[in-house]
Amino acid sequence: MWRRPFPWLIVVAALLFALVPYFTNDVGMRESLLLAAIYIILASNLNLMIGYAGYVNFGNIVFFGLGGYICLYLVTAWHVHVIVAALIGGVAVSAVALLFGTGILRLRGAFFALATIGVNQAVQQLVVNFEPWGGATGIYLSLDSYKPFGGPMQALWWMYLLIVLLTAASMLLSYVIKNSKFGLGLIAIGQNEDAAAVLGVPTARYKALVYSASAFLPAMAGGLYFFKSGIIEPGAAFNLEQSIEAIVMLMLGGAGTILGPALGAVLYEEMRGILLTTQYLSHFQLVIAGVLLLIIVQFVPGGLLGWLHRLWPRTRGWLQ
Amino acid sequence: MSELLVVNDISKRFGGLQAVSHLSLTVNEGEILGLIGPNGAGKSTVFNLINGVYAPDTGSVEFAGQDITGMPPHRVARLGLARAHQIVQPLGALSVLENCTVGACFGRENLPLAEARETAREMATKVGLGDRLDLIASSLTTAGKKRLELARALSARPKLLLLDEVLAGLNPTETEQMIATVRQIRASGIAILMIEHIMRAVMSLSDRIVVLNLGAKLAEGTPQEVAENPEVITAYLGDSTIMQAAEASP
Ligand SMILES: Nc1ncnc2c1ncn2[C@@H]1O[C@H](COP(=O)(O)OP(=O)(O)OP(=O)(O)O)[C@@H](O)[C@H]1O
Ligand SMILES: [Mg+2]
Repeated sequence: MWRRPFPWLIVVAALLFALVPYFTNDVGMRESLLLAAIYIILASNLNLMIGYAGYVNFGNIVFFGLGGYICLYLVTAWHVHVIVAALIGGVAVSAVALLFGTGILRLRGAFFALATIGVNQAVQQLVVNFEPWGGATGIYLSLDSYKPFGGPMQALWWMYLLIVLLTAASMLLSYVIKNSKFGLGLIAIGQNEDAAAVLGVPTARYKALVYSASAFLPAMAGGLYFFKSGIIEPGAAFNLEQSIEAIVMLMLGGAGTILGPALGAVLYEEMRGILLTTQYLSHFQLVIAGVLLLIIVQFVPGGLLGWLHRLWPRTRGWLQ
Repeated sequence: MSELLVVNDISKRFGGLQAVSHLSLTVNEGEILGLIGPNGAGKSTVFNLINGVYAPDTGSVEFAGQDITGMPPHRVARLGLARAHQIVQPLGALSVLENCTVGACFGRENLPLAEARETAREMATKVGLGDRLDLIASSLTTAGKKRLELARALSARPKLLLLDEVLAGLNPTETEQMIATVRQIRASGIAILMIEHIMRAVMSLSDRIVVLNLGAKLAEGTPQEVAENPEVITAYLGDSTIMQAAEASP
């Protein structure tokens, strides 16, 4: 894998992402890059489901939220180190996804999409009524939790660097899967599931596996993100709006490509920043996202990268 | 000759329609068995019952000595049973080579990606798609898509090929080429169960023929025997092509 230029490109980009705000000590830049990094993680992992396997996971944010809850619970109640806690969160959410996935992935098309919304809402309701996790008020961290890092300021930088690491891992995961037999099977499923099965692709197993794989890094990112915030509550953890935004980013950049979701995430983050600071538009962010999604699906279903590929077919080879 | 596929007493009902009823047939190793019958006779459904797309209501299917009744299609494919669809099913956004690579990766040999690509290239070239390897499958012509079905099935290196009307919609030249390809495939030792409407072709290619009508077996035998069977002639109701084809075949 390291003989190709692409993985190195990811590593260099991640280093720049991580080091530029650090050495310029620019907290403002860090915060906006952090948001972009989270978006890339969400969109990139969602791409494994939507772009590769062709299954629209509308409730994808459930992984992020659940990972956040498990992590913060372990940190506060069991005093587990946050990195270990986030890892446990990732593994646990992946395992649950594997179990759930085997069931709901029997549904196809819109039925699957609806079921995933149901999963997110059901988990949210469960958490609201789950006292050990603070019910509707959620879990708060005390400042003590940041001690292992030498204080809150340092902890924030650490979380930023770790999240950038997860972003790079997400991109590399997309790359590795796309260039593997597993990935070819997934893309075959996305194209024509029945034909794929007749060709020998173990469709049920592959779908459950990719659903589970697409849960891991977002769940870990949720742990680190909410640790950084110092608080997690059901509304913020299982926010369906963010699920939809992740879909918009993915479609904007180009579903099924590796760079597309990252490109879409960064563009969306920029656009969102402009909208939020523009007086008359700040309340219409989601409306605009919805309209954008409609326009993309209708006129440029391949997103930015798909459009570039069509414009210059030669870019298909190296601009994956 | 040993038996490769043994279909025993299978039936399938769709609501009020008995699509297949109590059908038995056998394909021997290295043999071409033709499956013919009027439109809606249940031929494609028989294929769906054999490769696990549907489970039969009655009966059993045995392949290479193993009971595969009700086994899911992907496992049947692994055992070395490949299929070319009547209604072409290209993986539209993938190239010709990638389509065939899927067949090779998940077929009988369960090849790793790099080797699968080599097999795929070889098979695509064998059926005459060698100059279109990087073309996106959805942009192929009908004849091209038919060939792709065949190449993709061959890439799995199957023991038995199910060919569902691979000649339909081809012009005379393309038909001749496809018939030659099918002969080559058989010569390479792969057994073939083929559904075909073009009587001339099926009569000259098949070692034996099974005739299906209203889901049940109407006749079975050599092309000559089948063509002379009065019941078969009645089922085709004045369709004299079957007679002409039989006379034309050696
Ligand atoms: N999934 C299904 N659900 C309901 N009915 C079906 C289904 N599949 C096939 N049938 C019906 O079963 C009958 C047999 O269909 P089948 O496709 O097997 O015929 P065929 O012999 O392949 O015909 P053709 O020569 O036109 O391809 C038809 O009446 C068809 O409408
Ligand atoms: Mg048919």
